[in-house]
Amino acid sequence: MARLSEENVRLANEIIGRYPRARSAMIPLLHLAQEQDGHVTNEAMTHIGELVGATSAEVYGTASFYEMFKFEPVGKYLINICGTMSCALMGAEELMHHAEHRLGVKLGGTTDDGMFTLERAECQAACTEAPCLQVNYRYRFRVADADFDSLVDDLKAGRLNDEIPAHGTVARVRQHIPVDRGVGAVPPEDVTEAPTWMDGKAAL
Amino acid sequence: MNTPNSTNTYPHAPGFVAGERPRIVTSRFEHADSYTLQRYLATDGYAGLRAALGRPANEVHDEVKSATVLGRGGAGFPAGTKWGLTPQGVFPRYLVVNGDESEPGTYKDRLLMERDPHQLIEGCLIACYAAGLSQCFLYIRGEMALAQERVATALNEAYAAGYVGKNILGSKFSLDIVLHWGAGAYVVGEETALIESLEGNRGMPRLKPPYFPAAIGLYGQPTIVNNVETLANLPWLMRNGAEAYTAIGTKTSPGTRMVAVSGHVKRPGVYEIINGVTTFRDLIFNEEYCGGIRNGNKLKAFVPGGGSAPWFTEDQLDVPFEGPQAGAAGSMLGSGAVMVMDETTDIPAAALTLTRFYAHESCGKCTPCREGGTWLERILSRIVDGKGTDADLAQLVEVGTSICPGDFPHASSKRLGLDAVPFPYKMNTICFVGPSAYAPINSALVLFPEEFAARVTKRTMIPVTAVGAAS
Repeated sequence: MARLSEENVRLANEIIGRYPRARSAMIPLLHLAQEQDGHVTNEAMTHIGELVGATSAEVYGTASFYEMFKFEPVGKYLINICGTMSCALMGAEELMHHAEHRLGVKLGGTTDDGMFTLERAECQAACTEAPCLQVNYRYRFRVADADFDSLVDDLKAGRLNDEIPAHGTVARVRQHIPVDRGVGAVPPEDVTEAPTWMDGKAAL
Repeated sequence: MNTPNSTNTYPHAPGFVAGERPRIVTSRFEHADSYTLQRYLATDGYAGLRAALGRPANEVHDEVKSATVLGRGGAGFPAGTKWGLTPQGVFPRYLVVNGDESEPGTYKDRLLMERDPHQLIEGCLIACYAAGLSQCFLYIRGEMALAQERVATALNEAYAAGYVGKNILGSKFSLDIVLHWGAGAYVVGEETALIESLEGNRGMPRLKPPYFPAAIGLYGQPTIVNNVETLANLPWLMRNGAEAYTAIGTKTSPGTRMVAVSGHVKRPGVYEIINGVTTFRDLIFNEEYCGGIRNGNKLKAFVPGGGSAPWFTEDQLDVPFEGPQAGAAGSMLGSGAVMVMDETTDIPAAALTLTRFYAHESCGKCTPCREGGTWLERILSRIVDGKGTDADLAQLVEVGTSICPGDFPHASSKRLGLDAVPFPYKMNTICFVGPSAYAPINSALVLFPEEFAARVTKRTMIPVTAVGAAS
């Protein structure tokens, strides 16, 4: 739908400036695009290519490798139910079955009202709290069928708006390096010397 | 919710279980505000950095070397030795922190990033100072929103307070730590794939040699890739010294390590255990750890070191957390993740959940993994659905052997009169994703052949023309 907004271009340039090579900012900028539009648009990928010095095909090539980037709209809430071993041992298949019935969609589908997309995730790193799920990458642990139902009700009623942002936003805190505190990134070819502190003496 | 011993499990760090054991990396977890700079400074925070900067960099490096801090990401390679593999006189050198934790069963790094981000930042600073690394990239798994927020907040605090950036603590040591985050791809945990991803590419492992990015890594420069938990050990080490560190654990496996135990145990959780000393029996059955199998059931099998590791059964319970001993027993300690299966477990179905994972996560670079992983998943699915034949069992082994030629490692079994085949395996792929798709199948087939035999039908040949009819 859209290229990056003026504010996002400012953020993008701040992010690019932290890396010795601009292309390293590609994944963070794709997240920025997805945060802006809910999914990654062709126009945004072209724009990112211009910002980091890559063709739009290269940007799509990178983006399409990664599970989190969506190229079509998904629900406001992306529900990822873990299906790997620890969760499977504790009833993840049954939970998935319940979720399909509760939402009225099959695995991978989006509800008609555009609220929910249901996916199966691979291990989400909460194995002792199985079965677990993530809603827009926020955890729910040891989820029983009733917990799933109340989660859906709460999301529909907007009761979790403070905790769970709409799909696209992952972290709500950004790193910011103050100009007077940052060392600054230098292309590798401009550095040949050992860092100053490698002189055999204590730094303090 | 249904944690039996809820007093030991902190609601803000679900999964973590404290104890009376030595704690090197989880010492602040019981504080509700453990992730703040204020709490960190009140509990020896940045004292390790101050101690390090008071000594020449090469001395700090030597201290880490003599402590033998084993890498906690999976391979168990000592950090100090790894830092020494950078070629002499080649600069700049970089540090890439591997926080892309995604191995099935594993989640220590996520807790360390969420609960104690400053400890990780301090570890990064010490590593860069000691090994002369001029910029640090902290790569966090894309799906870990809270970890990203906590580390971003901590970095912003640390920059403002003068612990990161120009002239740290007023010294000549200057370093930027850049927060970077992924977008969902298991294979990016492989260190050369991590570097590809950080360069803005598809996260596919690089051809070897060179075997270590310490020679050629990020932007073609010497690069150290260290795991989050490995680096989190360094502040304690610098405060207390190598001697105190090696006094815990054994000579070859000093210190502690975090292990997540999940599945059919009474008290699943993440425990900081003693390296080289704690055994799987302690961990699974002792009251101070998991307290045994749920509902008084019997143990059937367990995965000792993350989804990639060949399985153990009760015969291996007395193996300690010591790399070479686990290897001789036919598996590996990997990333510190134990997944326990009780007697009610359907073994082929359990193996399928792991094989499906690796088939899904194959990056597609190597044919044996790209094609083989999918084949393994489809054949095993068929068997689990009751539609397999005995020819499918042979096909599983054939596909597995095309990924890993020769004998695949497995544990011994008293019940079946089997000897162990020690770790590691030979492989026809660049990285461990392909072999990992076969590891659960091989373990299940070798240790529980009867569960497959009961599942498949005998295939009867029905020739179109009866043999001999033509003559």
